[in-house]
Amino acid sequence: MSDNAESPTETPKEESQPPPDETSTNDEKKKIDVLLKAVGDTPIMKTKKWAVERGRTILSLSQFISRFLKIEGSEQLFIYVNQSFAPSPDQEVGILFDCFGSDNKLVLHYCKSQAWG
Amino acid sequence: MADDKDVLRDVWFGRIPTCFLLNQDEVTEREAEPYYLLLPRVSYLTLVTDKVKKHFHKVIRTDDAEEMWFEYEGTPLKWHYPIGVLFDLHASNTVLPWSITVHFKNFPERDLLHCPSHSVIEAHFMSSIKEADALKHKSQVVNDMQKKDHKQLWMGLQNDKFDQFWAMNRKLMEYPTEDGGFRFIPFRIYQTLSDRPFIQKQFRPVSPEGHVHTLGDLLKEVYPVALPNEGSSIPTLPVCPLT
Repeated sequence: MSDNAESPTETPKEESQPPPDETSTNDEKKKIDVLLKAVGDTPIMKTKKWAVERGRTILSLSQFISRFLKIEGSEQLFIYVNQSFAPSPDQEVGILFDCFGSDNKLVLHYCKSQAWG
Repeated sequence: MADDKDVLRDVWFGRIPTCFLLNQDEVTEREAEPYYLLLPRVSYLTLVTDKVKKHFHKVIRTDDAEEMWFEYEGTPLKWHYPIGVLFDLHASNTVLPWSITVHFKNFPERDLLHCPSHSVIEAHFMSSIKEADALKHKSQVVNDMQKKDHKQLWMGLQNDKFDQFWAMNRKLMEYPTEDGGFRFIPFRIYQTLSDRPFIQKQFRPVSPEGHVHTLGDLLKEVYPVALPNEGSSIPTLPVCPLT
């Protein structure tokens, strides 16, 4: 899958969208909370918590992070679940949330170099 | 797991007779003969097809050859799914040998992940092992292993060595007797008529009332349409160690 493949679920509104609160609408329920944490010398994101559509893939999420942090297109970004494994780029965040979410959110670590084998 | 050894062997040594044919649009210097292989169900396409690549590189202009990829009846085959899953998903009704088309250009970026080297397959495989263990043992077993133990799992798969693989994988399949099973059973349900990648959820091996869950219980909970009728039984299937 190419680095420039745009996910159809991608909308610019996410850039400015605050995390959903208790008054979430029905539509919001299709989204999950993702907490993004930087590893090592990878830049942190000021906004750590994002409402992400369940069908969003890891690839599309990593492209979003790269754009947000203005990481060069040539640089790779690794994403980890549970600080242990790197889900494949076509995996959906909703599935990862169902299996590995806790406290109603999915914690993902991101890194510019391989952090966990 | 010792008593399951025959089943484990049968799963491991499951083979699919396959005929690789060069895509007709490739420019060749002479006619490309088909290439036949017995593909291991538990392995990955790009791990077992170095000979296929070598075979077709002999007849195409190597300057023209880009990354090799595979297609069956118009569907690009995802190398990161186990071969057995690909066959059951796309070709279970086919006459054998399974006829796969080999391409060296027009890589379908939207459908397939790139696979530039075996180390990419290794990383994907180890991630699957780790993901499964996160569900089974909160990652405790795989984290307690040493680098060389991880390597042994990979080398076992890469070199098709059942004993080498299972000497280590056995540890990943154990659980304390008093627990009655893993924390959660790693599984994935792939659907033929869906663009969604697969169904994967938390599923405990034992119900809150204490009865041991069957495959039928799993399907009833996560994919009820797969059950033909109320009351008909589902045969027990061997569980693949890879998620």
